[in-house]
Amino acid sequence: MISIFPSLLSGAVITLQLLVSSMFFGLIIGLIFAILRINKNPIINKFAYGYSYFFRGTPLLVQLYLIYYGLANIEFLRNSFFWVIIKEPYWCAIIAFSLNTGAYTSEILRSAFQTIKKGYIEAAQSLGVTKKITFYRIQLPIAIKQSLPAYGNEIILMLKGTSLASVITIMDLMGEARKVNVLTFKPFEAFITAGIIYLFITFIIHNIIKYLEKKYGFQT
Amino acid sequence: MELLSFGDTGWGDELFFATLMTIAVSIAAMAIGFIFALIFTPLKLSKNKTLNIIGNCYTTIIRGVPELLVIYLLFFGGTGAAMYVASIFGYDGYIEINAFITGALAIGIISGAYSTEVFRGAILSIDKGQFEASKVLGIKKYIQFYKIILPQMLRLSIPNLSNVWQITLKDTSLISVTGLVEIMRQSYIAAGSTRDPLFFYSVAAVLYLMLTFLSMKLINKLEIKYSKGY
Repeated sequence: MISIFPSLLSGAVITLQLLVSSMFFGLIIGLIFAILRINKNPIINKFAYGYSYFFRGTPLLVQLYLIYYGLANIEFLRNSFFWVIIKEPYWCAIIAFSLNTGAYTSEILRSAFQTIKKGYIEAAQSLGVTKKITFYRIQLPIAIKQSLPAYGNEIILMLKGTSLASVITIMDLMGEARKVNVLTFKPFEAFITAGIIYLFITFIIHNIIKYLEKKYGFQT
Repeated sequence: MELLSFGDTGWGDELFFATLMTIAVSIAAMAIGFIFALIFTPLKLSKNKTLNIIGNCYTTIIRGVPELLVIYLLFFGGTGAAMYVASIFGYDGYIEINAFITGALAIGIISGAYSTEVFRGAILSIDKGQFEASKVLGIKKYIQFYKIILPQMLRLSIPNLSNVWQITLKDTSLISVTGLVEIMRQSYIAAGSTRDPLFFYSVAAVLYLMLTFLSMKLINKLEIKYSKGY
């Protein structure tokens, strides 16, 4: 069991890399689409809703396959600059995960934006605070604070989601566990050790979010 | 569109049966999940510390590890375990466990963990006075559960169970890695033999969207039906 540990740990590093980069891009995408969702223009609104509906209604595996196998099928993409990115499974995984978590994040942030008490915005308006400053200084901080618990769950869901990267040949924690299983024919050792590492990462994320909630949590 | 025609030339019928397979696996997994939830919810609510820890371990571990890991563990480990048990009884041949059963069991264990949380939340939100009242009236514990708690628990958990159903439905796509021919596997095969992955994975995405959309409609109807009188 000890002999398989180093290879699993090297896989865990890839898993964490995938997680951090997709959470980073996902947060940006989520924020943009949350703002589009609360926009009053029906076309923009519908577009943002369609995006989140598609990515929340289909399995992550379909999205990953669509991007990894599907995009390579489009002729002009293959001849363009993007081919450098989409020929790498690693980047395809990050694109798929970012778009997926972006959809969930946008829903989390949207509901946070919508539950902000109207009084805050009205108070800001009556004090003559501009719309831009109201958004950056009042709406955004409150929304982020309110969505912390749900966002913590989303990070853990995404951590579990990154295990799908192993299906498109990336040697993340799951990929390494599969390799160990194939090489040694010891499925229990390989997968249970990987499971313990996953649980450990989940535990750390859970505690960080709990700490942040305590420190910055929004009390109503 | 030709690719989607029914019969020997198109993939329409294959994809249709694959969709039925996805629905079947999802329902089986959801049912298995219910059984797990009905076992583990009382454990989680129990006042006995040991039982409590067992219940908590189940939900924490299953919700903390990737779904794929559970599937692989059952798929690769299950065969080995079954052969080991069989060897005790003197059978040394190769045993292959059906992909449907392993898949439904794996997804069932996962959805069971989510359902447990849902049921626990629902029971906790039932007014305490009802427990006390039934106790005062001398109603036996199991009748109290079947006639008073269970109906309310089910009604209260419908909205959250619809989320669990959606998660379960999407998780079944992961069973494709074990070779069960459901939507994902069938699109993979079709994409491989026609070299048109973009088209077939888009079809798969549309099929999943259709399933989630239809089940949402159905569950909304159920919700309205069972919240009559409230």
